[in-house]
This record gives sequence, structure tokens and C-alpha cells, in this order.
Amino acid sequence: MASVEKNIILEAKNLAVGYSSKKSDSVIAKEINFSIKKGELVGLVGANGIGKSTLLRTLTGMQNPLKGDVFLNEKHINSYTSFELATELSVVLTEAPASKNLSVLEMISLGRQPYTNWIGTLTREDKNAINFALEATETTTLAHRKCFELSDGQMQRVAIARAIAQDTPIIILDEPTTHLDIYHRAYVLKLLKKLASETQKTIFFSTHEIDLAIQLTDKMLVMAKDENHFESPCKLIESGKFDALFPKETIDFDRETGRFIIKS
Amino acid sequence: MQTSPSYRIHFLVLLLILLAAFLVNLSMGSVSIPLTEIISVFVGNGSTKATWEYILIDYRLPKAITAMLAGGGLAISGLLMQTLFRNPLAGPFVLGLSSGASLGVAILILGASAFGGFFGTMLLSQWSLVIASALGSFLVLLAVLAVTFRIKDTMAILIIGLMFGSVTTAVVSVLSYFSNAEQLQQYIFWSFGSLGNQSWQGVTILSICFLAGLILSIISSKSLNTLLLGENYAKSMGIHIKKTTFIIILATSILAGGITAFVGPIAFVGLAVPHLVRQFYKTSNHLILLPAVLLCGSLLMLICDTIAQLPFSEFTLPINAITSLIGAPVVIWLLVRKRKLFF
Repeated sequence: MASVEKNIILEAKNLAVGYSSKKSDSVIAKEINFSIKKGELVGLVGANGIGKSTLLRTLTGMQNPLKGDVFLNEKHINSYTSFELATELSVVLTEAPASKNLSVLEMISLGRQPYTNWIGTLTREDKNAINFALEATETTTLAHRKCFELSDGQMQRVAIARAIAQDTPIIILDEPTTHLDIYHRAYVLKLLKKLASETQKTIFFSTHEIDLAIQLTDKMLVMAKDENHFESPCKLIESGKFDALFPKETIDFDRETGRFIIKS
Repeated sequence: MQTSPSYRIHFLVLLLILLAAFLVNLSMGSVSIPLTEIISVFVGNGSTKATWEYILIDYRLPKAITAMLAGGGLAISGLLMQTLFRNPLAGPFVLGLSSGASLGVAILILGASAFGGFFGTMLLSQWSLVIASALGSFLVLLAVLAVTFRIKDTMAILIIGLMFGSVTTAVVSVLSYFSNAEQLQQYIFWSFGSLGNQSWQGVTILSICFLAGLILSIISSKSLNTLLLGENYAKSMGIHIKKTTFIIILATSILAGGITAFVGPIAFVGLAVPHLVRQFYKTSNHLILLPAVLLCGSLLMLICDTIAQLPFSEFTLPINAITSLIGAPVVIWLLVRKRKLFF
């Protein structure tokens, strides 16, 4: 039992997220509980505005939780300095890099920043990590292209490659499948699955591709209006947790196929 | 970031061109001095004419060094601003930095009469000019930054920078209305921009400012690279945004403020040179861009100064006019050619 416990890498206890101002706190989502093990691929689903991005921002330390705690490697996340956190946790955000003039190789190399010296010299180890990231995402042929020349699908792969180069046990992605066609959506999610199983990285991503996530993920966190559920996709389907995600009169969840069907 | 060693040749060529421009700049002017004489003076053999030696050592050499420091420093501050604001239009002039420096100097020169007597003359020493100018630009930059933290839209920040510029210009007009003709003339001449009439003491002070700014920029180069990804990504990689921003702003104000104090507000170098450099150096790595921008800025300023002193004539044009005449078409050419300005 103790060895199973030890594998827990990211844990949230009674977490409430939202924005606090001087006058009052505006809670966006509360009572979030989950514990993610090493090497797990976890999907986060929920309607727009339910607080998925806010939760991810809280987990990555970009904003403070309103209530509850986040534990990383069984240590409270606040006990990490921002620099230590950068070697534990990397992110893929929805925003494109501020400078589109960066080349793919430059952008991926920037993932090595937490490890390089004060002027950012790349060592052999850094170069190996960069090459691994290029190969894992099949972006080697794009290496010398500029970011503004890339398609959305290529850009997303490069963004993931940058996070891989940062070489952290945990990667957190905010909607990595938006703006992508169905092939690239599947490609990106399969890539995440492969990474999680082959490199034992823990990958936590938010998505609107609920049917794809059900097929690929180990666990899912379902955020609904009043309650949040963390389970394996099969158990979530059995207990009917997806049914409460959206208003029933427009779309309904079909438990047989694991898909949402438009109501006529 | 990954860099390629082939840039060494780039830098070597640039250095040679810079050296050539430096020598041409020294030899040209109302009196043309042959190259052999210049080298002879530098080696320590003296010149065949005592006046030539005097012109070289006490006038042209400080002027050429000032030109290089000013050009390089302004170009670096432009590069820092473009990365910090992640906006290709940013530069010491556009963001109201130079206007801030002007305001500082205007208050000092035009307001010196208010303090009167001994205190007034003491205020007008070279160091106080630098401090007033650096303080002015630093305050404007802080104001722009305070706005940046509230407003995410970079276009709004630029417009606010322009507004700060107009406000400072207006305050300068009000001040000049109440000051006497002599002080007004002193201020107007400063605002034309002039590389000449620098004492060696002045060049030393300028060099100190320049070095301080340069060292701060080199220290920031890694953070600057990370900022290219955007603030959120930079945070996720452990960069302290506030500390980094402060150092970059400090470097920019020391550079732009110090230089403006000595040579007056000089337009376009800060904006145009980084874009020019990006055309030839296909990299975003600030460790490559910083020296490249420094060398190109120095070179551009030396050439502008050589043109400004109108070879073989006794006239010297205001340096500010020349940099604008050269800088503006360069920016227009870049926009037309690329249809898009990157940073």
C-alpha cells in the first residue's frame, strides 16, 4: 500500500479556485479533489467558463488557490520556489509565443532555460534533450522554420516539444487540441498518451474532445456546476457523470458509444 | 538558445567596417586630415601640423567616440524596449522616453533661474544634466510600465507613451514661455542634438553610463530570450517578471537617459537599428542581437555624423535631422519589403 501511495505526484485537496480582490473572493470552482500518479494521462473536461483554465493556472502556481491545498511530490506547492517549480512542471498554454520571429529550434531550446547558465549556453545534455523533443514530436524537419510559417497543427507540436525539452516529470496543457482538425486532434492526444506511457511523465490536459479523451486517458476530472468527479473514464460513464455536463435538451451523452449526441 | 559560430565572421566584418568608418569620420570635416597623419598621431609620433593634432585629439576623437557610444546605446535600448513590450514599434522615442529626458533637462536648464545664483550654476554641471535626463526618462518609463501592468493591449501602451510625450512637450513649452532668451537658446540647441563639443570628461561620464547599461543588458539577455515566449511562459520557467522588468527598464533609462543628456534627443536610431539587424541576423537570441545591434548602431551614427559635418564645408547640420532623414526611410523600406515588422 505504501508503495502505491508513493507514486502520487500531484494532489489537490478540497481546492477552491477563482480570483480574489480586496473586497471579496469570486470562487469559480470549489471542492476539487484528485490525486494523480506518475505516468498517468489525465483529461480535464467541463463546459466553457466552468474554471478549467483557472484550475490549471492554480496548479502551475501562476495564481494562488482561494482554499485548499495542492501537493507536488507530497510537498505543498507553496514550498517550491518558482525556479524549483520550473524543473518539476512545464506548461503548454493556449497563447502563441509572443515573438513569431523565433525559429522552431530557438523556441524549443528556450525550454532548457531552467537548466542553462546565466547567459543560456547549451551543454551537450541540453542539446540531447532538445533533439529528443524534436524527434518525439516529429518536428526535426521544421527545426529551422520560423514560428510564423507554421500551421496550427505544427505550432502545437512545437509548443509540446518545448515542454518536453524542459524535461519535467509533469506537463500541464491548456486545451492542446483547439484550432486543430480531427486528424491533428487525435495526433496530439496520441502523442501525449505515448509520452505518458514511454517516458513515465504525468500529463494533465484540459480539452473539449470528451469522446477522444474517454478513449485515451487513464483518469478524467469532470468539472460540472455543483460537483467535480475524478475517476477512470469507464467508471465515470457507468455512474453517469458525463450526463450532467451540459443541458440535456440540446445534447445528451450516449453511454453505449461514449459520445455526445445532438437532440433533435 | 542555439547559436551558430558563423556569426563570428559577421562580427569581424562589421568591426572592420566600423573601424573604417571611424577613420573616415576622423579625417573628414571642415579641415580634411589625411589618414597617414591620423595614424601617426595615434601611434604617438605627432602630426606635421600642430593644429591637426589639436583638432583630432580635442575635437574629432571625442566626437567620434560619443557618436559610437550614442548610436550603440540607443540601438540597444530600442532592442530592450521592443522585447520588453513585445512590440516592434517600441523604442526610446516612441514610448516618450526621450520626451521624459527632455523634460528633465528643460526643468533643469529653464528652471535653474528659479534657484538662482550659485545653486543655479551648480545645477548646470554635466553630471546634473545626466541625472535630470536619466531621471526624466526613468519616470516616464515607470509611468508607461505602471500602465502596462493594468492594460494588456500593447497598442494602448504605445498610445499612452505618445500621450506622455505630448504632455512633456507641453510642459516644456510652458516652461520656455517663462524663461529668458539665453536659457531658451541653450535648451533649443540641446534639443537639436549635437555630438560635438564634448569634453573628455563628458566622454568618460557617457562611457560609464554606456557600460552600466550594457552590463545590465548582458545580464538580462537570458531573461530577454525567455520573454520572447510571452510573460506566462517566462513565469512558468522560473523567471521573476518584476525583477527582470525592473532591470531592463533600469538599463534602458540609463542608456537612453544618459545619452540624451549628452547629445540631445536623437530620433529613430533606437527604433530602426534593431529591425535592420534582424534582417541580416536570422536569430532571436539576444546574445547575438545585442553585440550586432551595438555595432550597427555605432556604425549608423558614425555615418550620420560624417554626413552631418558636411565634408569640405564649414557647416554642421543638426544630427537629429540626419538620423531622421536616414532612419525614417529605412523603417518604411522594411515595412514595404516585409509587409510585417517582427521583433
